[in-house]
Amino acid sequence: MSQSADNVIDHAALFLEPQYDSMIEAKRKNFENAPPQAEIDRVREWTKTVEYQDKNFAREALCINPAKACQPLGAVFAAVGFEKTLPFVHGSQGCVAYYRSHLSRHFKEPTSCVSSSMTEDAAVFGGLNNMVDGLANAHALYKPKMIAVSTTCMAEVIGDDLNAFIKGAKEKGSVPADFDVPFAHTPAFVGSHVTGYDNAMKGIVEHFWNGKAGTVAKTERQPNESINFIGGFDGYTVGNLREVKRLFDTMGVSYTILGDTSDVWDTPTDGEFRMYDGGTTLEDTANAIHAKATISMQEFCTEKTLSLIADAGQEVVALNHPVGVTGTDRFLMEVSRITGKPIPASITRERGRLVDAIADSNAHIHGKKFAIFGDPDLCLGMVEFLLELGAEPTTVLSTNGGKAWEAKVKALLDASPFGKDCQVFAGKDLWHLRSLLFTRPVDFLIGSTYGKYLERDTGTPLIRLGFPIFDRHHQHRYPVWGYQGGLNVLVKILDKIFDEMDKNVVAGVNDISFDIIR
Amino acid sequence: MSSAIAATTEDIKARNQELIGEVLKAYPEKFAKRRAKHLGTYEGDKPDCGVKSNIKSIPGVMTIRGCAYAGSKGVVWGPIKDMVHISHGPVGCGQYSWGSRRNYYKGTTGIDTFGTMQFTSDFQEKDIVFGGDKKLGKLIDEIGVLFPLSKGISIQSECPIGLIGDDIEAVSKAKSKDVGKPIVPVRCEGFRGVSQSLGHHIANDAIRDWVFEKTGDKLAQFESTPYDVAIIGDYNIGGDAWSSRILLEEMGLRVIAQWSGDGTIAELEATPKAKLNILHCYRSMNYITRHMEEKFNIPWVEYNFFGPTKIESSLREIASHFDDKIKEGAEKVIAKYKPLMQAVIDKYKPRLQGKRVMLYVGGLRPRHVIGAYEDLGMEVVGTGYEFGHNDDYQRTTHYIKDTTLIYDDVTGYEFEKFVEKVKPDLVGSGIKEKYIFQKMGVPFRQMHSWDYSGPYHGYDGFAIFARDMDIAINSPIWKLTKAPWS
Ligand code: SF4
Ligand code: SF4
Repeated sequence: MSQSADNVIDHAALFLEPQYDSMIEAKRKNFENAPPQAEIDRVREWTKTVEYQDKNFAREALCINPAKACQPLGAVFAAVGFEKTLPFVHGSQGCVAYYRSHLSRHFKEPTSCVSSSMTEDAAVFGGLNNMVDGLANAHALYKPKMIAVSTTCMAEVIGDDLNAFIKGAKEKGSVPADFDVPFAHTPAFVGSHVTGYDNAMKGIVEHFWNGKAGTVAKTERQPNESINFIGGFDGYTVGNLREVKRLFDTMGVSYTILGDTSDVWDTPTDGEFRMYDGGTTLEDTANAIHAKATISMQEFCTEKTLSLIADAGQEVVALNHPVGVTGTDRFLMEVSRITGKPIPASITRERGRLVDAIADSNAHIHGKKFAIFGDPDLCLGMVEFLLELGAEPTTVLSTNGGKAWEAKVKALLDASPFGKDCQVFAGKDLWHLRSLLFTRPVDFLIGSTYGKYLERDTGTPLIRLGFPIFDRHHQHRYPVWGYQGGLNVLVKILDKIFDEMDKNVVAGVNDISFDIIR
Repeated sequence: MSSAIAATTEDIKARNQELIGEVLKAYPEKFAKRRAKHLGTYEGDKPDCGVKSNIKSIPGVMTIRGCAYAGSKGVVWGPIKDMVHISHGPVGCGQYSWGSRRNYYKGTTGIDTFGTMQFTSDFQEKDIVFGGDKKLGKLIDEIGVLFPLSKGISIQSECPIGLIGDDIEAVSKAKSKDVGKPIVPVRCEGFRGVSQSLGHHIANDAIRDWVFEKTGDKLAQFESTPYDVAIIGDYNIGGDAWSSRILLEEMGLRVIAQWSGDGTIAELEATPKAKLNILHCYRSMNYITRHMEEKFNIPWVEYNFFGPTKIESSLREIASHFDDKIKEGAEKVIAKYKPLMQAVIDKYKPRLQGKRVMLYVGGLRPRHVIGAYEDLGMEVVGTGYEFGHNDDYQRTTHYIKDTTLIYDDVTGYEFEKFVEKVKPDLVGSGIKEKYIFQKMGVPFRQMHSWDYSGPYHGYDGFAIFARDMDIAINSPIWKLTKAPWS
């Protein structure tokens, strides 16, 4: 018997024990009607071929292992970045259970969000009553300063009108007439979580700038010297926003982060649960209209939001999740240009340190081939960084990337000799990527936790960068933006490269290069 | 740790009453009335827990419940490893439930098994407008091309399907004929019912109508023995069904099917050949067991494999349906593991004795795990079900003590307040609750996913359960939550 009180073993070791191994094998043989091993081996090898890849790419209807989620997830993400704001998703309650779980699995933090719990009767009669009761209950129980409403696909399919419903709820006294209830329609069958982020952010900005749903006069913009900053849907939001704030403070820039999620997903364990923490104040959000300009760190998360802001009279700058030296240079130079504040020597020194680190280590990365998958902006940022490291991006894939994204990645690749052998795939999924990793092998794969299935199947080592990261802890606490963030990414890549060199080494067999100095 | 331990029964009941009154005050009146029916204190001599259940959640309150899709795809169907389960509709539902339930299985994923993959029809606007049946037909063909060793397909309906009038049954019928494999449409749209629970039921019915009804003469070759049983309602979370199966085999039974953890379509089809269905998660699979009793005359028995006391009585109960050989087998198994169980209890009981636990889970666990805690000298002082029915609360009375605080479909607000006041030494619930209570300084274990540990079923599992509760409660970190200067 393998289990013992002295040394308790769990699933990781228990099921490798012979008594379990033979039991599972017998089950398979006697009851599962499993295909013969030779047949499994044949099909497995076949899935590695170009022939299989062609069939795989001929798919028109089936989506397998996509690297994208649905709109309301992004809406919830955007909403929790505002002071004492409770996200409220109108529609079926199951979806909300999923968003909360999904975000908590990544951040290892609670995520508060309510649902209007629509059921079959609401499907027939519409969800007005659910909105009326839901707002009243949410307001009474959780005492938010603002409730940000979005929708699940149920509410979208039956065509519930949020604007009218919220008005109706206010008339019935669910929340005070002047209580802030911005909203966004977030149909899950359009775009992805980054679209939902955009819609929700736009809904909130519009609410505060355009007269709070007709309850007050539209704000007259009186331009000042401040800038606005939007991070977008970002798995590193805690570390990144803190880093960005530090950079702004160092430069002496006056700024407003729209959607500051850095505190709510990083509250202390000290005996108190803070359902709300930090976040952009509602006052700052309203005043953000007067800013000189708005910088978005992720273009594809903020397309509609930025166009609204541009219409309000501000300059808008859209970046693509800048990572590394050039990307950070561009970000800071834009900040400097817009605000007139010079980039101080201390930041120039940080830049120098990142360049120093790259110069020290780049020999280990130069010429290495990489496949990258993830959200559109993240892919762009990572490609640019890899190019400046002398690495060779070989495959770039974004399930929620479109034509415009594809063109942008190609332009970036075309501008570098290191990008010439790279292929770009918009709208493809991770089963497509599986084929590509067999037919166009690379040295390393960059992507979210879902990439671990690809690592297992194709043997390509995975460097975890993206969202979600479920199976490694606390990654989100470290920035990937700014020179400091670039350094973190560099170290992550290097650690994996060195770990791979030392992996599977057996004394006397293949340990000639088992060096202690590199 | 708190004065509640020493308090009298009356004191505790009074405190519970006060506590319930307090949380209800926070609601608008109409909803305070509705919630009041779901909260109570167990009175030791009553046949049920005195709460209403299986009723719609009230809007806007942070219910912890999921939906029918979660009950069907996430619980019942998803673990059937050699079928492809399509999350039919937009991308979200399938994405969030991808690989999150830890239904362990053995197989070559993507080749002969598909459990940790996310297949979706990824609905776009045009599919909503023009319907998704054509797309469904096409993707079934694509599955045939890319996954030739798959044994069948289930179609797990997401919310939009039932709203746009798609006829997935017609597509399934036609295509199933084409490809010669089972294709099972499941109407588990998330807006149906009030929780995961109706999804279980719908999924059970789909097995009845689309698997049992179509098995045909596939079982002609099946060689029965007098000792054939099927494990029903074990999802092999962290390997639970395996650490259960091993005991049944050791006592001389032959397990011909696992529903549905590490299960296959062949096992589903063979189940009507069982001599006895043994049912762990009553809530999610009692429907199909009752059907098999009616249709095939297969008796069923509920069992509980959490903790040595319950395992022992369950093994005997199961054995009582068989001859002396099996009865002796059960005694042998019990005797064999006695020393291990004693050693585990000797090691962990002194560290856990007297600790108070509050639970809030789904299915069977709000009652089933109580015995395991008691084996370690711990006490469950509050419990509730996400999606229990009245029959669950009745069964719960066999497990709980007078004064236990009961909360059905608890809201985030209520649960926090209850824990704040009751001050348990451990909370066992889900991922959405975990970090809330840990921040409050309360040790926590996820009791859906076993917090990425397990198995917890069976004798091997109890050792892990004991170790994990000790890890949670006796972690040195809980002494550091207050800064020394504050
Ligand atoms: S796809 Fe639709 S039903 Fe599924 S989680 Fe997203 S909003 Fe909910
Ligand atoms: S109880 Fe378990 S098995 Fe039944 S539905 Fe839930 S987590 Fe599950």
